Amino acid sequence: MDLAIFLIQCLNSLQYGLLLFLVASGLTLIFGIMGVINLAHGSFYMIGAYMAFALAPVVGATFGGGFFATMFVGVVLAVLLGYVLEWAFYSYLYEREHLQQVLMTYGLILVFEELRSLIVGDDVHGVKAPELLAGTIALGDTMTYPVYRLFISGVCLLLALGMYIVFTRTRLGMMIRAGSTNREMVQSLGVDIQFLYRVVFAAGVAIAVLAGMVAAPVSSVYPNMGGQVLIICFVVVVIGGIGSIRGALLAALLIGFVDTFGKVLLPQAAGVLVYVLMALILLWKPDGLFKAG
Amino acid sequence: MTRPEASTQGGDALLRGRSLTRRWGGLVAVNEVSLDLQRGELHAVIGTNGAGKSTLINILSGEIPPSAGTVELLGQDVTAWSQPRRSQAGLGRSYQRTTIYPSFTVLENCRLAAQARTPKPWHWWQDAGRCEASLGAARAAAASAGLTDRLDRPAGLLSHGQKRQLEIAMCLATAPQVLLLDEPLAGMGAEETERMLALLQTLKADHAILLVEHDMDAVFRVADRITVMVNGAVIASGSPDEVRNSADVQAAYLGGH
Amino acid sequence: MQNDIRSKAVFVGLAFMALAVYPLMAGNFGVDLVTKIMVYAIFALSLELLVGGTGLVCFGHAAFFGIGAYATVLLSPESDPGSVLVLLAAAVLGAGLYALAVGALSLRTKGVYFIMVTLAFAQMAYYVVHDTPLGGGTDGIYLNVKPVLGPIDLDGPLTLYFFTLGTLVGVFGLLALVSRSRFGRALAGIRVNEQRMRATGFSTYPYKLAAFTLSGALAGLAGFLFAVKDGFVNPEMMSWHLSGSVLIMIILGGIGHLRGALIGAFAFALLQEFFKSEAIFGAFAKHWHLGLGLTIIASVALLPRGLVGVPQQLRDRLIGRPSRRAETTEGQDDKA
Repeated sequence: MDLAIFLIQCLNSLQYGLLLFLVASGLTLIFGIMGVINLAHGSFYMIGAYMAFALAPVVGATFGGGFFATMFVGVVLAVLLGYVLEWAFYSYLYEREHLQQVLMTYGLILVFEELRSLIVGDDVHGVKAPELLAGTIALGDTMTYPVYRLFISGVCLLLALGMYIVFTRTRLGMMIRAGSTNREMVQSLGVDIQFLYRVVFAAGVAIAVLAGMVAAPVSSVYPNMGGQVLIICFVVVVIGGIGSIRGALLAALLIGFVDTFGKVLLPQAAGVLVYVLMALILLWKPDGLFKAG
Repeated sequence: MTRPEASTQGGDALLRGRSLTRRWGGLVAVNEVSLDLQRGELHAVIGTNGAGKSTLINILSGEIPPSAGTVELLGQDVTAWSQPRRSQAGLGRSYQRTTIYPSFTVLENCRLAAQARTPKPWHWWQDAGRCEASLGAARAAAASAGLTDRLDRPAGLLSHGQKRQLEIAMCLATAPQVLLLDEPLAGMGAEETERMLALLQTLKADHAILLVEHDMDAVFRVADRITVMVNGAVIASGSPDEVRNSADVQAAYLGGH
Repeated sequence: MQNDIRSKAVFVGLAFMALAVYPLMAGNFGVDLVTKIMVYAIFALSLELLVGGTGLVCFGHAAFFGIGAYATVLLSPESDPGSVLVLLAAAVLGAGLYALAVGALSLRTKGVYFIMVTLAFAQMAYYVVHDTPLGGGTDGIYLNVKPVLGPIDLDGPLTLYFFTLGTLVGVFGLLALVSRSRFGRALAGIRVNEQRMRATGFSTYPYKLAAFTLSGALAGLAGFLFAVKDGFVNPEMMSWHLSGSVLIMIILGGIGHLRGALIGAFAFALLQEFFKSEAIFGAFAKHWHLGLGLTIIASVALLPRGLVGVPQQLRDRLIGRPSRRAETTEGQDDKA
């Protein structure tokens, strides 16, 4: 493998890893703050991707906007969806045991899949990257790299940074962190914990939807994408370690590299490699790479 | 200033902790605590909240490893032993927060505890409920804790005081030699406290008992030795009178209880 | 308490008797359907040991089921009937070994992480048969000739039906014995309060690993039967959707009761047939996942104790007094 190809695969690995980290963050955010294991998180990613496909003509006709306008509309819809879902469904899951949460959100996956099937159908679709980002930049003399993929990495990094700042530097973040460790205390201090949870959940949904929208031009849009990304997110969390953001980032990047290079070097084993990685890490560190940081 | 030793130099301690230390990052929860438990003796550990008593018990029982120091049980170094292994060797423990099986009957609670001594996992065709060994030990343990009339009640439906009695009974079902009791009197009324203290007095004869408690009256009535911990370290240790009259203790405690 | 055991034993006995005479009244479709349901019931029973018996929520049970099925087909001779004993043993052993390996790595994790890890390891098995030539890829593999056990040829639907029924009764009986045994009681203790189990001297990891392995092996047994019945295996037998389905079966029937697995398998299969029925839903029937998904949500929300708990729930509603019964070892006999 020559240097240029190696570099390209590294950039691809980085992009995939960062995307996984973003989606996994949404999952662990909801689990860490509200104690709900949400299997339907992958469905939100899928909804985002299908939104990128289905909303584009609507937004184009109504506002005359393009890719970025569609993304904006998508995020707004996602926040609304998250808000309503939390109020109508997820708020009933907080006190339930994990098995019940797992099965109820699994039922929700089935509902989302069929609703999508009814509204948009089951076909596989491609989504075009916007003109502005559709170009390539040169890598050395012979190779080029798509700007859009760099854009994806950039968006993911920015969002991750944004989440970090909100969590550690703002009052909202402080309230969220407090609410996750001691719900009653925060309530008695006058914080509307219900509203807080709703905001956090809507944010989690929006992150997943945005990730799906941003990734759509690269990953294309197909029915099983939700389930696939969900399971890989689980692997990220397991490898990364319980409650560790650092671990999740490292795990996501590791998986990005193993999966990308695996597809190039050992295409037949590619699907299995990520799980072999997980098995090896569990052998070495039964609790994952880092414990709660 | 030499640190007060909560242990004697006698060689027949059933449980001995030497210079036990436990650090959580920068915080030192337990600071070079040495203590021993003799047969026929009830050794109470008292201290303000956050003094490190729970951590100490967890180290002795095997649930947390010490950062430094050793634990000896019946003459053997058990510092690296897991909790189940120490239990099998004769160490019993009760918890501050009631740790029972609420959906099982009182009898089954004790029987399952006793089963740890005759586990026989390979005898899958045999009815555990007819296991004479564990049933016998269970009935005896329940009897000594005063629960004989309640054997068929679901444990979750017992009163708080009865649950604390069950907590002790399960401890006794495995016939341990050393008992680590974490606040057994927590939340008990006067009558129940009396019953529990009477039980502790009878248990004293054949066991070595470590008692962590907040109820000072009870402690001074039933303890043979008292160790006082503040901020993870032992500040005084000796007979109840010695401790009561110790200047260090009076300074540390808010004028006695 | 004795009446309790008796009524549950009677229920289970009647159920098995009904299954025994069912072929007299049913046509080929019915026999085939109920054979499938009985296989699912064995699959569900194996998971019940793990979830209801030990408190370990495994979201990857389809892997063991699939390994049992694939082992059966892969080790069957090309054009001769294989031996039931050999293939059954291979299915059970293969699934059991994978369960041992997965359990060894997963049981160090707890709670949600355990659920995630088991799902991931099941996906690993799925990709092995999906992507590599080992499993015949997405097309699957055919079982050309069904195995025989001496004079018993599993090729006939009725023979297979009764063989499956016999296996179901056997597995049920085995698990009933196990749940009242010392091993089973220890698993129950681990489920209710693992901390106390360790404090009294039980090393809980070996118990959990044994339960996991046995559970996986029994799922492999169900896989063997399924492969023989359909004469065909494909990667979808290891899909996480099947793992989800079998979890739904036991929660629908009622966790903590062996007969819950039976009831749940039947209820789930019937629900599937219902939602898939074009006679009832017409063209919409192809979106049967929607109805199923909504039913799952409703049943978990409204019937937390499953169908088994319905008589109790009705009684509570009518009498207005929650009556709680405790688990004794006697009561465990009626865990059926």
